[in-house]
Amino acid sequence: MSLLKTFTTSKRVLSQLRHDPRTLVLVLLVPSLLIALLRYVLDGERHTFDTISLVMLGIFPLTMMFLITSIATLRERKTGTLDRLMTMPISKLDFIFGYAVAFSLLGLLQACLASWVTLGLFDVPTKGGAWPVLAVAVLSAFLGTALGLLTSAFASTEFQAVQMIMPFIFPQVLLCGAFVPRDSFPTLLHWISDILPLTYSIDAMQQVVKSSTWTSDLTTDLLAVLGFGVAALIVGSLTIKRQE
Amino acid sequence: MPHSAISIKNASVTIGGFAALKNITVDLPQGQIIGFIGPSGAGKTTLMRGIVGRQKISEGSITVFGQAAGSPPLREKVSYMTQEISVYPDLTVQENLSYFATMFGVSPSAISKTVEEVLAIVQMKDKAGQLVSKLSGGQKQRVSLAVALIGKPLLMVLDEPTVGLDPLLREQLWQLFRELAEKGTTLIISSHVMDEAERCDDLLLIRDGELLAHGSPHDLRVKTHTASVEQSFLALVGSKR
Repeated sequence: MSLLKTFTTSKRVLSQLRHDPRTLVLVLLVPSLLIALLRYVLDGERHTFDTISLVMLGIFPLTMMFLITSIATLRERKTGTLDRLMTMPISKLDFIFGYAVAFSLLGLLQACLASWVTLGLFDVPTKGGAWPVLAVAVLSAFLGTALGLLTSAFASTEFQAVQMIMPFIFPQVLLCGAFVPRDSFPTLLHWISDILPLTYSIDAMQQVVKSSTWTSDLTTDLLAVLGFGVAALIVGSLTIKRQE
Repeated sequence: MPHSAISIKNASVTIGGFAALKNITVDLPQGQIIGFIGPSGAGKTTLMRGIVGRQKISEGSITVFGQAAGSPPLREKVSYMTQEISVYPDLTVQENLSYFATMFGVSPSAISKTVEEVLAIVQMKDKAGQLVSKLSGGQKQRVSLAVALIGKPLLMVLDEPTVGLDPLLREQLWQLFRELAEKGTTLIISSHVMDEAERCDDLLLIRDGELLAHGSPHDLRVKTHTASVEQSFLALVGSKR
């Protein structure tokens, strides 16, 4: 693996986005606009908004980066560019981490904006402050990128790639404990939610709301999300074959 | 007899139960233009992918410059231009070439010179700042070829590099291929256009995954008592029936 090749790949992926301003605007602004929408939908229920907006800060980066990455990787597979790269002296990890770094940076920008809207503009209270919120959002973006890379291997068309959000992301949203407390789940569902990465993002967000210090639970949660992401990247790298 | 660059021994490829290549054995010479000729679906692309190491060989072996096809040391010596326009449409020509040059291992200080050189060769210097998606089909094809020229590879595997190009440009590219071969580069070029076959040094006629014949255009014409490669191809297909 070479740092030069990894970062050059990240730079290339970001340049592609730079030439696609519409996608860039959608990725950067839409989460903030949705949070603003939510603010006025829940105008009379301030407490509900405070809770849900923070949960959204964990879910938006996951879903958007998941979609972008799975389409981008599928395009590499389909247009012959991956074929070409795999005959060149690069490591598969250069390719994969190149994507992960690029989209995590994009996720960071998105999260900065959305966090500013949530915490600054709408004064949603968090005892833990803005930094842990950003950390959770960036790790969620990284996780989305990793899962997108992995699941794109199971899709052979764009239609399939987009549909992957249903089996891979929606169950995580339902089971993460954001809308229904996990304690009320039947045992089996509780177990399942224990092994789903988004559960840890959302738990981390809830820690930030409750606690004014950086708790060890928060660290554990963040490490769990990071671990799931790295694992998904490694399994994803196995789905990219030098030889077919 | 020139030194052999590629040695293919009893190579067969089966993809999902379909025999894409059937027991191919052939030695290919170094520093020559080798044409893979045959109708589409004949197995030309599969054989090329086998040579660059992208396609797993089910049986037999392919060695390139004495090493197993696709082995790591070969990745700096072999370039591959796929049949698709395998460059990024949402990057400029310049950005594409710089990126692939870095991936091919060109040192950062030499990138801009390398990019300029290959752009000059394919006559696309004036389009360096353009997005690939905005180029015409033939121009995209030339960008893709420029990527294959990066780093002066010893073996260039080009899948239908001249499809869709105007006659003048095709002529210029064949001159380029000839110059490269004279400098020692081995070129493998697939085509289903028979008049291009006449310009190769060495030909493999491929049909239904089988190697019908191998030899120079002259050899093939003499062997089949015909006046052109096209006729010898037809004669060979006819004699198989």
